[in-house]
Amino acid sequence: MPVKLAQIASWLQAEVLSGHEALEREVLLAHAADMMSDVLAFSHPGSLLLTGLANPQVVRTAEVAGIRAVVFVRGKRPSEAVTLLAQEFDLPLMTTAYSMFDACGLLFAQGLRGWSLPEGRA
Amino acid sequence: MTPPQDQEPEFLHAFTIAANDFAGAGQVSIAVKNLLKEVGFSAQCLRRVAIVAFEAEMNVVMYGGGGGLSVYLAPTLVRLVVEDQGPGIPDLDLAMQEGWSTATPEMREMGFGAGMGLPNIKRNSDRLEIHTSPGRGTKLVAEIILT
Ligand SMILES: Nc1ncnc2c1ncn2[C@@H]1O[C@H](COP(=O)(O)OP(=O)(O)O)[C@@H](O)[C@H]1O
Ligand SMILES: [Mg+2]
Repeated sequence: MPVKLAQIASWLQAEVLSGHEALEREVLLAHAADMMSDVLAFSHPGSLLLTGLANPQVVRTAEVAGIRAVVFVRGKRPSEAVTLLAQEFDLPLMTTAYSMFDACGLLFAQGLRGWSLPEGRA
Repeated sequence: MTPPQDQEPEFLHAFTIAANDFAGAGQVSIAVKNLLKEVGFSAQCLRRVAIVAFEAEMNVVMYGGGGGLSVYLAPTLVRLVVEDQGPGIPDLDLAMQEGWSTATPEMREMGFGAGMGLPNIKRNSDRLEIHTSPGRGTKLVAEIILT
């Protein structure tokens, strides 16, 4: 189910850190991981990434894997340098106070899916 | 799939990978992606090349003590050669197994060390050779067929 980033931000009561002008963009599905190799191995292009990591590798992994936007969970906040890197790659970033489990649960309850369910790939 | 014999790729560009530069790690792979984007390949191919480059670059940063990445190009083939003069991989069969890793806790905190790098490289390459010997370093040659 395609979902606009503005809608994601509202469901997660998230603060947008970069890409304020890009909130009309849509993500097609979601992937949650703290290990970047997991993102590189399993995520699909056009996905939203939820993660508890906030280092430059998250942004570079997103660029390599075709991730459309990143949500940092449990109030994680990247450094200024990471936010600037994301702007360079035109990658929207947001942060939510919810835990990984709760953030994923809230998005799932609204209809967003991951790649391992048939609906996610539709 | 094996590339046609006449497709010997030509050297395009060489990059240096700095040792233990965790903040900068991944830069080279992004540069590789941008370089090939200009040549004009499908997003799907670019993604495979970038994943191979990125995992290989992270290994050179984390274990190899720095090294280099060279890009070679034929009309429908990209060859990546990633080399270091680090400690080498003592048991390559073991290292190729999903989940096997000697990463330190610091590396794991950065989001690497799941033991999936080499398997990811294998999965995204159409041909892969790894030459490694203890104390002499590691040379990885990966080819991706462009569609
Ligand atoms: N360039 C290298 N030099 C020395 N050892 C390496 C190199 N690349 C990989 N290794 C070894 O192989 C293991 C598995 O690598 P990999 O599959 O990329 O997983 P990870 O990086 O998550 O540990 C590493 O933990 C390391 O011990
Ligand atoms: Mg690795």
